[in-house]
Amino acid sequence: MSATLLTYGFVALTFGIYIAIALWSRSDSTNEFYVAGGGVHPIANGAATAADWMSAASFLSMAGIIAFEGADGARYLMGWTGGYVLLAFLLAPYLRRFGKFTVPDFVGDRYYSQTARLVAVLCVIFISFTYIAGQMRGVGIVFSRFLEVQIETGVVIGMGIVFFYAVLGGMKGITYTQVAQYCVLIFAYLVPAIYVSILLTGVPLPMLGFGATLADGSGVHLLDKLDGLTTQLGMAAFTEGRKSTVDMFFIVAALMAGTAGLPHVIVRFFTVPDMRAARVSAGYALVFIALLYTTAPAVAAFSRINLIQAVENASYADLPDWFGKWEDSGLLSWVDKNQDGRLQYRGGAAMNPAKPVFVEGRGASGERLVSNELTSNDNELYIDRDIIVLASPEIAQLPNWVVALMAAGGLAAALSTAAGLLLVISSAISHDLIKNTLAKNVTERQELNYARLSAAVAIFIAGLFGIYPPGFVAEVVAFAFGLAAASFFPAIVLGIFSKRVSKEGAIAGMLTGIVFTAGYIIYFKFIDPSANTSEFWWWGISPEGIGTLGMLLNFAVSLSVTRLTHAPPADVQAMVLMIRQPEKGD
Amino acid sequence: MNEREITETHRSDEVGEVNPADSEAIDQAAYWRANLRIMASLLLIWFGVSFGCGILFVDQLNEIQFFGWRLGFWFSQQGAIYVFVLLIFAYVMLMNRLDRRFGLMKED
Repeated sequence: MSATLLTYGFVALTFGIYIAIALWSRSDSTNEFYVAGGGVHPIANGAATAADWMSAASFLSMAGIIAFEGADGARYLMGWTGGYVLLAFLLAPYLRRFGKFTVPDFVGDRYYSQTARLVAVLCVIFISFTYIAGQMRGVGIVFSRFLEVQIETGVVIGMGIVFFYAVLGGMKGITYTQVAQYCVLIFAYLVPAIYVSILLTGVPLPMLGFGATLADGSGVHLLDKLDGLTTQLGMAAFTEGRKSTVDMFFIVAALMAGTAGLPHVIVRFFTVPDMRAARVSAGYALVFIALLYTTAPAVAAFSRINLIQAVENASYADLPDWFGKWEDSGLLSWVDKNQDGRLQYRGGAAMNPAKPVFVEGRGASGERLVSNELTSNDNELYIDRDIIVLASPEIAQLPNWVVALMAAGGLAAALSTAAGLLLVISSAISHDLIKNTLAKNVTERQELNYARLSAAVAIFIAGLFGIYPPGFVAEVVAFAFGLAAASFFPAIVLGIFSKRVSKEGAIAGMLTGIVFTAGYIIYFKFIDPSANTSEFWWWGISPEGIGTLGMLLNFAVSLSVTRLTHAPPADVQAMVLMIRQPEKGD
Repeated sequence: MNEREITETHRSDEVGEVNPADSEAIDQAAYWRANLRIMASLLLIWFGVSFGCGILFVDQLNEIQFFGWRLGFWFSQQGAIYVFVLLIFAYVMLMNRLDRRFGLMKED
């Protein structure tokens, strides 16, 4: 059967499962809509959290980034997993014990202030929308590459599916579809990785395979071979980092604190029965996440080595089929700089701008022509990092059904994250903004209707972002972490670990953290992008890592302002003591 | 400090089961201190494997070969993640034990 037909089959099958789950798990109360009734088993919540967390970026892009950056890619591996330790230790159990529905709920109650609640609502909405735009785009891209439909059509289909189970089922529907989506995405990720690992090293587990020796009988370790190939071609050695230690340190810290402070992740822990379940559920979540995150660097190393061996010094006619296919979709490009009819893959960008702008016609060897200015280095290949995961089954010549799995997996990753984000946005509007701020006397039935309505509106806006992606989205998504690290993380941690921090302290801290972090990022990314190099960065910290400094500032300002202001009222202090331990006989 | 805490938790342990209402305040402070101590020691390991082995000392560790990996590279791309998982389950275990000691867990 052809890969396209199989792809349609897999996608239709998984979508059918999601819809069936949605029908089975409708929400009839706000409690079910916001936190799935609070009775989700810790293991189920762990799987749902993993799917919620692992987005189109984790599934499609992360291994690609590591494949091209080598050792530096570790910042995502450590940053996006280490945050779960912080979440399990510092946040999840206490917020579950607090026992309400949303993150702004906690911020507003703990800091006894509508202003604090409002700041939190705005942060939630901003962070979630920047994040969700990328997901809908991911849905569109998977559709267009594998099913040959327009990106726009793909986005609309994705919107329809999410609409169905998020609006009907709320958190309850989302939770159980996320469990299914986790199974789909991890299967789709592991199967090709295991195949490739066996082909290259004879070791079935990719996490071990990439530290093993090559199966070609040479007895050389795979990574040594890769280091050799990369240096030989004039690129940085794969296992050698290029980022400065300071920058790596700050980026990893920002990603960790940001992960722990992302509202759509935190809120998943409101769905388990009690605080003990929240702790253990964070452990299960990390096990499920680690399965993909320890495989990703292996996929990265395998693909890089396969890629180099497939294309280096090959003539256009000898290049494998996938080369032409991905060249047609604009993700690969070859410019024969030295006119020798063979492809030379070297360090540096092959052309300027880096992404190819294709023109009509073919070159002497049959390659697509570009209008880009060629750079003076010897590199003749442009390759988009997203290819690494999407094309790795083809590059490794795996059977069609494995290729077809990738589409279903990518869609599961993007849809599950999008749904989690939508729920957070809708509850921020219906619960925090309408019920707790604007119209305190709405009935539960009305609140539920508002929740469904705001979910529907949010899906619509997210879809628009997917169809007409604002140019800044890609730039901003990574910074959702910096902002979460600089705003929520310190406010929540201080709210739990100190009885004394006052509302003035927390609000001043959050605003300082956000303004500082956003200001630094906006300056280097939008106002003066040419200055975005390490010599202009403060203490060598890139915009990606600045959230850590914003977080430290937030802590410092919160604590200083607290010293100058009144202590929180007695009932708030009692609440802090209450959430620090489980109920007796829980 | 250590000694005092041990006797304190010991005492609250006994009292806690006899008459929970009386010892509420002491219970809570001692429980929280014990929690913070567990957390701090586990976070030290968390920092050590990621920021320590994976970033600050990565070059030194890379001099050591660990199977097919350079050790620093392995920590930053594999080892740290495995340790993170173990740390959360260690915390779960230690906290459950603490809850039991303070009579906060239903006996089953």
